[in-house]
Amino acid sequence: MNDPVFVVGVGVISGIGNNVAECLDALVEGKTGIDKIKYLRTNHSDLLPAAEVKLTNDELSAMSGLAPATSRTAMLSMIAAQEAWAHSGLKKNIPSLRTGFVSASTTGGIDKTEEFLTHFLIDNNKGKLRDIINHECDSITTMVADKLGIRNHISTISTACSSSANAIMYGARLIKHNMLDAVVAGGTDALTRFTLNGFNTLLVLDGKYCRPFDENRSGLNLGEGAGYVVLVSERVASLLKRDPYCALTGYFNANDAYHQTSTSVNGDGPYMAMSGALEMGGLQPSDIDYINLHGTGTQNNDSSEGAAIQRLFHPHYPKMSSTKSFTGHTLGASAGVEAVFSVLAVHHGMIYPNLRLQTPMSAFPFVPETAFSRQADLKHVLSNSVGFGGNCSSLIFSKL
Amino acid sequence: MKAYIRSAVAISPQKTFNNPTFLDDPAEYRNSRLTSIEPDYSEAIDPRSIRRMSRIIKMSVASALACLKDAGIANPDAIVTGTAYGCLEDTGIFLTNIIQENEEPVTPVAFVQSTHNTIGAQMALLIKCSRYNNTFVSGGASFENALLDALMLLSENNAANILVGGMDEITDTSHTVLSRLGLYKRQPLSNLNLFNTNSKGTINGEGAAFFLLKNTSSPNDLACIDAVATFYKPEAATELRQFINSFLVSESINYSDIDLLILGNNGDSKNDEIYSQLQQSVFKGTLSINYKHLCGEYPTSTAFAAWLAANIIKKNNIPVIFNQGKISKNKINKILIYNHYQNIYHSLILMSSC
Repeated sequence: MNDPVFVVGVGVISGIGNNVAECLDALVEGKTGIDKIKYLRTNHSDLLPAAEVKLTNDELSAMSGLAPATSRTAMLSMIAAQEAWAHSGLKKNIPSLRTGFVSASTTGGIDKTEEFLTHFLIDNNKGKLRDIINHECDSITTMVADKLGIRNHISTISTACSSSANAIMYGARLIKHNMLDAVVAGGTDALTRFTLNGFNTLLVLDGKYCRPFDENRSGLNLGEGAGYVVLVSERVASLLKRDPYCALTGYFNANDAYHQTSTSVNGDGPYMAMSGALEMGGLQPSDIDYINLHGTGTQNNDSSEGAAIQRLFHPHYPKMSSTKSFTGHTLGASAGVEAVFSVLAVHHGMIYPNLRLQTPMSAFPFVPETAFSRQADLKHVLSNSVGFGGNCSSLIFSKL
Repeated sequence: MKAYIRSAVAISPQKTFNNPTFLDDPAEYRNSRLTSIEPDYSEAIDPRSIRRMSRIIKMSVASALACLKDAGIANPDAIVTGTAYGCLEDTGIFLTNIIQENEEPVTPVAFVQSTHNTIGAQMALLIKCSRYNNTFVSGGASFENALLDALMLLSENNAANILVGGMDEITDTSHTVLSRLGLYKRQPLSNLNLFNTNSKGTINGEGAAFFLLKNTSSPNDLACIDAVATFYKPEAATELRQFINSFLVSESINYSDIDLLILGNNGDSKNDEIYSQLQQSVFKGTLSINYKHLCGEYPTSTAFAAWLAANIIKKNNIPVIFNQGKISKNKINKILIYNHYQNIYHSLILMSSC
């Protein structure tokens, strides 16, 4: 049961790039993907910046091979999952594997449901049925699984902003229980009016570019995207010519059990998730070289996550940053996107900057990284996720 | 991987909640929408919490709390839920609000409660459970994945007792939309005659069922869950039979060991062909009952079926409503639940007496 699980493929699409190489370039160069909203039709486009994928639905359709009327969430998922799956080389080299697709999403095909309801609310006989049939998150997953040709296990997880971390955990456990040999795991979420208005009504969106872990931060910017890792057992990894990127050595899921939409002052949930992942990996806090923070930029998240980090790491803090300063908060996709970034950090020995950090939070003795750096001996990267409903999960990726 | 069911509680279109009798007075419906028979929630949930809860949250939280109480467990080691649609009512309210108020919604309450993990999260909050918490939204395999997650957790030795549940609700909008998609019977019919029509369409259902699973036995266990498996979009009948064969082999049992099959027939002639084919082949001669005339068709109906199986095993009694007449076997030791949801996910849940 404690056999390691390896990462042999990665795929990502986000506001900073349409694939791994483009996202990596932006991370190295410190180029944010946050901008004025241009692709989503919304009344808030002049007031609320977001990190959109810089492609229209027609362009995404051409890239993904899915019909233009498909939910944007599915097209993003397809592009990133396809990149990860192709990149792993598994389909080509070991086609007989028992393979699963575990995908996460918070809103599924709700972008199309919005269109449907606009007509349906006027007349219940109106609204195109093709716009509503893929409302469920699972429809997005099966659509993509079918195109990838994966069918041994298909499942979908939705635990708000920690969804993808739980998808990666579930995928790893299905391998450890010898139910599967390989899993494409991660998540997807498009920017939608549903989430934009939801977070806006909660008064947690920053009208300017977000500033995670800054004393004067004033909220998050939403983003969109998808990120997937391909996980395999040790046996499968040994059959591949190329070495794995890294190992998934630790993970833990805990609930903050404090409030539906905010995290406890002391960061109990993130603390339990991080310490549980460390324990599973047989690691000490001092073993962690870099933390990819949840770091949304809201008052509550950053205080709470910071408190948890202080409790666990004081006085020896690893380097840390929130890449949401690049990609915005991609919600159900965020832990997938950030898992890919964490895998790349371990693999290439890179630490990403936390953009726009001017005044570090006075409550804490640590300061996130403000410049890109390389660290050849980087061994363990911790990735945090915190969601609505207290759902907290942490993952640890380790150099081989 | 084996779990002992310490308690099982369901709120369904039948009188299943807080009712010591076992389906002996079946509720009859004369249209294609079955609605859960809901209890007075003020006895089950703190009235201060109820006010903001939607119907699916109330149904789920009330059955989950009752399940914990019956098991004598204050705080489980994990909470795992499965729901295809999630909190549909709140999602609809907020979407409608955005459209009608031209993107100036008044309150975030419905948005906050629209996330699929709301039920698991509300339970964690209510009982202050900081342990593992997960939600599957895998369409017709949502409950099955929640169950699989729970079984894996128990065998990983990180959890001794797990609260696991499956739930889905019907809303006016969802019923209208699904009716437009042609899922339901066009002619009025009694749910109790669902299997006598040989026509297109099924009846819409809903409900919430929770189970407290343990890794060790106790004298009060209802039954055991031996295994769960799902199969995705079989390409041919042979593939499906192969899936069932392999499942039985992996559980080291023969078809003759199955005392009772609980099948997911839903009254739609095309949908039900798959079951009758299997009953003419691998399931030939095995005693079987259907359950969807009681709860309707919905993606997590297997949670109701598992509640039913647990009670049949515990009481060693198949209620009269199932028309089985006299059972030749003295004791129902093994029940296999086989269901498919729209021929996308097929699933098997094997349960046995402890």
